[in-house]
Amino acid sequence: MIVLRGLRKRLGARDVLAGIDLEVPRGQFVTIFGPNGAGKTTLLRILSGLMRPSGGDVYLGGARLEDDSVALRAMVGVVSHHTYLYDDLTALENLVFYGKMYGVKDAPERARRLLEEVGLSVFAHDPVRTFSRGMQQKLAIARAVIHEPEVLLADEPYTGLDRRAGEVLTGLLRRFKERGVTILMVNHDFDQGVALADRVIILAGGRVALDELVTSESLRLIRERYEELVGGKYAGVDQKQ
Amino acid sequence: MSFLSKVLALVEKDFRAEFRTKEMLSVMLIFALLVVVIFGFAFNPTSQVTRKIFPGILWVAFFFAGVLGLNHSFTRERYNQALHGLMIAPVDRSALYFSKVLSNMAFMLIVELVATPVFLVFFDYSPAGRLPGLVSVVLLATFGFVAVGTFLAALAANTRTSQILLPILLFPVVVPVVIAAVQLTAATLAGSSTASFAAWLRVLVVYDIIFLVVPFLLFDYLLEV
Repeated sequence: MIVLRGLRKRLGARDVLAGIDLEVPRGQFVTIFGPNGAGKTTLLRILSGLMRPSGGDVYLGGARLEDDSVALRAMVGVVSHHTYLYDDLTALENLVFYGKMYGVKDAPERARRLLEEVGLSVFAHDPVRTFSRGMQQKLAIARAVIHEPEVLLADEPYTGLDRRAGEVLTGLLRRFKERGVTILMVNHDFDQGVALADRVIILAGGRVALDELVTSESLRLIRERYEELVGGKYAGVDQKQ
Repeated sequence: MSFLSKVLALVEKDFRAEFRTKEMLSVMLIFALLVVVIFGFAFNPTSQVTRKIFPGILWVAFFFAGVLGLNHSFTRERYNQALHGLMIAPVDRSALYFSKVLSNMAFMLIVELVATPVFLVFFDYSPAGRLPGLVSVVLLATFGFVAVGTFLAALAANTRTSQILLPILLFPVVVPVVIAAVQLTAATLAGSSTASFAAWLRVLVVYDIIFLVVPFLLFDYLLEV
C-alpha cells in the first residue's frame, strides 16, 4: 500500500530523513517511535503531500505520489495534533465543507453519521471554538475519515487528550483498523503505541533503527530498543542542531 | 467534484465564517468611513482642489481598507493549521487562490458599495458621468488590486510580520492599478469621452490578466515556501 524508496529530506544543513526504505502492506497498523528530530513528523508530512521530498520516491497504492499528487491525496486521511478545523464554523459545517473538498457524495449525511460515531451529534450545530480539546480532536478524526481513506496518518493524535478521550480515540482507531484501513501513527507513549500496532518502526537520526512486527516474543526486544534509542544517544537531536 | 464547485465551496466557507463573525467586513467598513470623515475635516470638501483630488481620496480609502481585509483573509486559515487541512485535500491549490480572490473581491465591493455614497454626500459631489462607466472602473481596479493582493497575502501569511509585510510588498506592485483607477475614476466622474481614458483602461485590463495568470502558475509553490 505504501512504498518508500530511498526517501530523503534535507532541511537547512540537516538531513532530517537520510534514506528511508519501507513497505507497508494494506491494512497494517504501524506505530512509529523516535526521539525528537528523528524525522517522524517529516515522514508523515511527505506522505500526506504537505512537503516534497529532497530525494527518493513515495508510492501509494502503486502510483508515484509526485506524478498524481492531487488524486493520491484523496486516498489519505490525516490526524495531527493540529485539528485543521475552522473555529467559526459548526461541527457539521466543518465536516460538510471537508466532505465537499474530498468530493464525498451526500456529504451532509456522511457528516451526520460520523458525528454520531464520534459521539458529537448533540453538538453538531455548535461552533468549534466552544469545543474542549478532546471534542475538537474527536471532530478532527471525523474530518480525517470523512472520505473513507485507505490510509490514515496519525501524528501524535493523543496530544492534549485526557484518559477518557484517549480511550475513545483508541476505540476509533481500532474500528478503522478492523475496516482494513492502513494506519501509520507517530506516538511517544510506548504502551499506547503498541496497543493496536501490528508493526513498530523506530526512527533515529533520519534512518530506520528498528523495524519489527509486534508479537508477544518481539515485544521485549522492541521495548529494549525503544528505551535505548528514544531515551538514549539520539534523544533531543533537534535541540542539539 | 469539479474545480469550479470546489472554488465555490471554499467561497461559501469564507462567507459563512465572515458573516458569522463580521470581523473583516466591520474593520474594513469602519476604516473606509473614518477616512471619509478625516479627509472631510482635513480639506474643505467644497473647494475646487478637493474636487480634483476626490478620486484619489476615494481610492486611498478603498485600497487601505482592502489591505486590512487581505491581511485577514489568510489569518483564518492559520488557526488550527486549517491551511494544511486544505493542502492535504485533493484540491488543486489554485482553487484556493481563486476562491480567496472571489471572496476578497466580494468583501471589498461591499465596502465600496457602502462607502461610495457616503463619500459623495460628505464631499457634496455630484458625478457628471454615467454609472456603468464608474462601475466598470471599480470592478477592474478592485480585481487588479485583489488578484495581486491575495497572492502576496498568501506569501506574507507564512511570516511572523505578515501584518506589516503585506502593505510593503503590495503597494509598490500595485502602483499601476492605483494610477489607472484614479485617472479612470476622475474621467468617468467628469463624464469625459471614452477615447480620453482608453490607454488607462488598457493598462488596467492587461494588469488584471497578468496577475490572474501569474499566481495561477505559482500558487502551488508559494504555499510550500
